[in-house]
Amino acid sequence: MSTATEFIISALIVLGALFVLLGSVGLARLPDFFMRLHGPTKATTMGVGATLLASAIYFSVQDSEGVSLHELAPLFFLFITAPVTAHLLAKAALHRKSSGRSSGQPAPASEHPPGQH
Amino acid sequence: MMRALLPMPRVSLMVFVLWAVITNAASLGLLVLGALLAIVIPLLSRDFWPDPPPLLHPWRGLRFLGLFALDIVTANWRVARQIVGPLHRLSPAFVEVPLDLRDPFIATLLGSVVSLTPGTVSIHVDQQRWVLLVHALDAPDPQALIGEIKERYERALKEIFAC
Amino acid sequence: MLNAAIEIAFVLIAAALALNIYRLLVGPDTTDRILALDTLGINSIALLVLYGISSNSTAYFEVALLLALLGFVGTVALCKYLLRGDISE
Repeated sequence: MSTATEFIISALIVLGALFVLLGSVGLARLPDFFMRLHGPTKATTMGVGATLLASAIYFSVQDSEGVSLHELAPLFFLFITAPVTAHLLAKAALHRKSSGRSSGQPAPASEHPPGQH
Repeated sequence: MMRALLPMPRVSLMVFVLWAVITNAASLGLLVLGALLAIVIPLLSRDFWPDPPPLLHPWRGLRFLGLFALDIVTANWRVARQIVGPLHRLSPAFVEVPLDLRDPFIATLLGSVVSLTPGTVSIHVDQQRWVLLVHALDAPDPQALIGEIKERYERALKEIFAC
Repeated sequence: MLNAAIEIAFVLIAAALALNIYRLLVGPDTTDRILALDTLGINSIALLVLYGISSNSTAYFEVALLLALLGFVGTVALCKYLLRGDISE
């Protein structure tokens, strides 16, 4: 492995871990649920993305078997699922806020009219 | 014949590429198995897929993906600074973005794009009023934010897909 | 250089996991805890991938992929439960 590629991999790893940490700092530090949502959906996703990219480059250079692309699958998957997760969580939070159940029991099933499920 | 075997060519292509990527496509046998899966999975899951509008400009789509990747990086930089910086300076807000597009699939796509880029998370797509409810981490000027989303993403998506 | 980078990254991600656990314990709302759990899962993917690099083995990749898939499905199920008090349609 040449020094240049080693440098790129190292930089990606440290940057990725830094963004993972920043996402969690946002999760722990921000005062309101909807603000907390921002950290994990963006910073963490990109952090893990950078780490996976580093892994892909590392094993492509390391292995004699050739390019290692399979890290791209979780990368792709994370970028698709992160917005969906955020969207559903935000919806759940709004639902709980509007029904005044912000720290109690989940909505009882009997609230829905029968036949809706 | 083609249509019966491959009702959704784009989904088939995606399944095949994903399979090749996951297995690192080391042998011919794996590729054949991937092709088989790319035919069988869309046939079995056909009823669950929404009908996406036709892709008009695939090349523009690729350019959009590039722009989007750059935006993800800059957006992360911005959000990172906001997270570490003083919190009292942030002005979080719920913003309603009126949509021009009228396709549920593209609206969902726009929601995902918005969630991954500049300090915004999409919360709800109202398909009666065609409004996208967005939460912004720091939006001192909601009008500017609405303009940015419409100008930068919605128009591009409308151009790429025919809708 | 690579080894030093991996060591640093391990420390950073461990700190991130600790912060997630803090949010998981403190709450205050159930949605906060679900978000913390989801982030915990994603962060451990990063940890696994890093461990794969440091031990020079691709075996951890499948674990990371499964964690991503299961974490997502779990989070969606929990959100659905909060939204309707029921998971199955």
